[in-house]
Amino acid sequence: MVTKISNQLSSKQELVDLRKELLKNKKTDRPVISLCNGTACRPYGCLRLADAFKQELAKQGLENKVELRITGCHGLCEKGPIVIIDPGGIFYQQLTVEDVPEILSETVTKGNIIDRLLHTDPATGRKVVHRNEIPFYKKQKRNILGNNVEINFASIEDYISIGGYAALAKVLLEMTPEQIIDEVKRSGLRGRGGAGFPTGAKWETCRHAPGDIKYVIVNADEGDPGAYANEGLLSGNPHSVLEGLIIGAYAIGANQGYVYVRNEYPLALANVTIALDQAERFGLLGDNILGSGFDFNVRINRGGGAFVCGESTALMASLEGKVGEPRAKYVHTVEKGLWNRPSDLNNVETWANIPLIINEGADWYRTLGTEGSKGTKIFSLVGKINNTGLVEVPMGITLREIIYDIGGGIRGGKKFKAVQTGGPSGGCLPESLLDLPVDFDELSKAGSMMGSGGMIVMDETTCMVDIAKYFLTFLEEESCGKCLPCREGIKRMRQVFDEITEGRGSEKDIEFLEQLSATLVDSSLCGLGQTAPNPVLTTIRYFRDEYEAHIKEKRCPAGVCKALTHYYIIEEKCPGCGICVKECPQEAITFMGKKKPVVMDESKCIKCGVCCDVCKMGAIGKR
Amino acid sequence: MVTFKIDGREFKAEEGQTVLQVARENGIDIPTLCHHEAIEPYGACRLCIVEVSKGRRARIVTSCLYPVAEGLDVKTNSPRVISNRTMLVELLLARCSKNKVINELASQMGINQSIIRPEYIEVEDCMVCGLCVRTCEQVVGVSAISLVNRGITKEPASPFLEPARDCIGCGSCFYICPTGAIKMEDKGDTRYLYNWKAEFKLKKCKVCGNFWAPEKQLDYIRKKWNLPEDFFDICPTCK
Repeated sequence: MVTKISNQLSSKQELVDLRKELLKNKKTDRPVISLCNGTACRPYGCLRLADAFKQELAKQGLENKVELRITGCHGLCEKGPIVIIDPGGIFYQQLTVEDVPEILSETVTKGNIIDRLLHTDPATGRKVVHRNEIPFYKKQKRNILGNNVEINFASIEDYISIGGYAALAKVLLEMTPEQIIDEVKRSGLRGRGGAGFPTGAKWETCRHAPGDIKYVIVNADEGDPGAYANEGLLSGNPHSVLEGLIIGAYAIGANQGYVYVRNEYPLALANVTIALDQAERFGLLGDNILGSGFDFNVRINRGGGAFVCGESTALMASLEGKVGEPRAKYVHTVEKGLWNRPSDLNNVETWANIPLIINEGADWYRTLGTEGSKGTKIFSLVGKINNTGLVEVPMGITLREIIYDIGGGIRGGKKFKAVQTGGPSGGCLPESLLDLPVDFDELSKAGSMMGSGGMIVMDETTCMVDIAKYFLTFLEEESCGKCLPCREGIKRMRQVFDEITEGRGSEKDIEFLEQLSATLVDSSLCGLGQTAPNPVLTTIRYFRDEYEAHIKEKRCPAGVCKALTHYYIIEEKCPGCGICVKECPQEAITFMGKKKPVVMDESKCIKCGVCCDVCKMGAIGKR
Repeated sequence: MVTFKIDGREFKAEEGQTVLQVARENGIDIPTLCHHEAIEPYGACRLCIVEVSKGRRARIVTSCLYPVAEGLDVKTNSPRVISNRTMLVELLLARCSKNKVINELASQMGINQSIIRPEYIEVEDCMVCGLCVRTCEQVVGVSAISLVNRGITKEPASPFLEPARDCIGCGSCFYICPTGAIKMEDKGDTRYLYNWKAEFKLKKCKVCGNFWAPEKQLDYIRKKWNLPEDFFDICPTCK
């Protein structure tokens, strides 16, 4: 810690000097243990690991010789807790407290590799020593998330030492607001929250909207099931989001900003609170930032758990202390938003892209991505995949590359069935579209969307009708209930799905779902209702045969829908061991004597599938 | 002033007016349920949808909220509007299957039988347009009730579903409800507003002896307008 910096920075030169001093004091020859303390690693005990490292460093007398860096999410959440040891970038995974002394005495002190802690490539079965050689990371382009491993997530000094707030100093003292907006426009950056609206154009409209008081807002109300891309970024590198926000505020002419973060993200909330406090102490927020004459303050607001509050107008209503209900956007929020004043709201990831664009320039930024979508995109890669985690990829990469090269393929050697992008209102894309380049336009052409970055992989054991029902059930609960088509329409759709999945579907149902979907798309008030039919429409479009099997043959091909699934004993395989008899909670299976096949009474069966799970002989059939 | 078209006819209107306002001023019928001219437009029932285009892109918007604009082309009865509106009324009918107003609306749209499976048909009267809540807030100024819950469980209600403490018993919610979902009754010297679990003592006219208005409402008006104590002793009929 540098003592001098208790004073506020009052000029760009002071920031430059501070950075020099931080770098000088940073003993670059010291080994660094970069330990992931992200949200996904926490249930695996990474907090205990941090304590263990501290104690063991003291015990082995290494406190001043080794830097222990507590960081945000490293990405490969599947294999947490994760540690990277520099120099060398040695990658250890799935650590326990017992591994700590050995890591220090062997790897850190002597440079020996501990084989059992290494990552195994699921594709080849080979052990990998260095982080950069792990296939999960190789194809990624971690422009935004990459810094997570370089900094302690609660240290502004770390952020400044890797060049943080340099972009802010540059814009405040060398660029006019118009130049900044022009740079962002030229970069081709599009909003990462889902709709993909060009960020520069949004800023420009907000800047030119009449009114003296304007607001900038960080939307950190990521509520999609399975998505935590914004969480990983905001908790791992809160200053990058804050720096982007301050730059945006200066470009737009706003003096007040808000971070709307969902309360279910305690780590992100804690870290952004720390970051805000640090930035204020360093004079990077407040009055006359770096001597530029620009004043800017930020407040944090916690979301109360409503999914719909991720919608910009509902979020603003919530910020105003009202019920989080959307309103019509015929007059855009950049003209009349929060308290009817021009307000620019961007997603966490959008804001974090800004310092990069300013530092590296729009021309550099444009080199990555596709014609209509520039830069990288962070996804939460989850579901039936080997390497679940947070990935950041260049726009235009194919779904196949993400799922097979980065994701390591489908878990348990099963067959891929579908991938859902864009959260509950996204679409489910089939195998035939695996070579689709991932960008805003291609995804929406295929009936899905980018969304805020959820990517859920499904295998052959997933029933697509059941999945559509799952997302409808989620949206039915999360609809704010204000407008009729969303409130009543999603409910009616879900009811049809209840019928289909319980074997009472009729052939008219698909047509009805399509008609109702069209009305939701056309006449719902906000994006929630307008996009709610996406999972329904895409599953009908790409997996119609599954719907027909449910409706016409009263059969669930994946064996998920209980009412349509029947278990039976395959007599020739059954050795009569009786394990299924013991496990069946319904006493639906009767023991008939050793070496005689058991007998099942289907009328008692509740289709829990436990018999199937416990039978080692594969003698329980499912149809 | 802006010039624009509704169903092929040209109109001039003030900037800031909504499509619905201009249509109604000119005798063009657009159905609404959640709209009232004394109250801010809300856009909940979606019945007032129209198809607008400016240039090539046509889209469905709610006319109660959509501001007129130069060169706008509005269609109030295009096939797309009709098919969406029909589905909306289907949804209303499935929720309020026994409601007279909704049934009349449905038969006007040519809907005789619901497309929703009979076992899912409901018999609500309230279709959550929020007019009661908005009237109480914007016209009466007491905000005694609000919309509670989310999604399909959303409904207008008194705070914590207990007797509405701030309600003055004026009955504006009852009068404005388009579907008769709010139940109010005056019996002897008491008014009952059943939806909000509220009861009010009625004031007796010193001349005719009739119970004519809730005392709480009269007190509210008296205080608001600084009227003398005995101002409401005599009912308007006897005055």
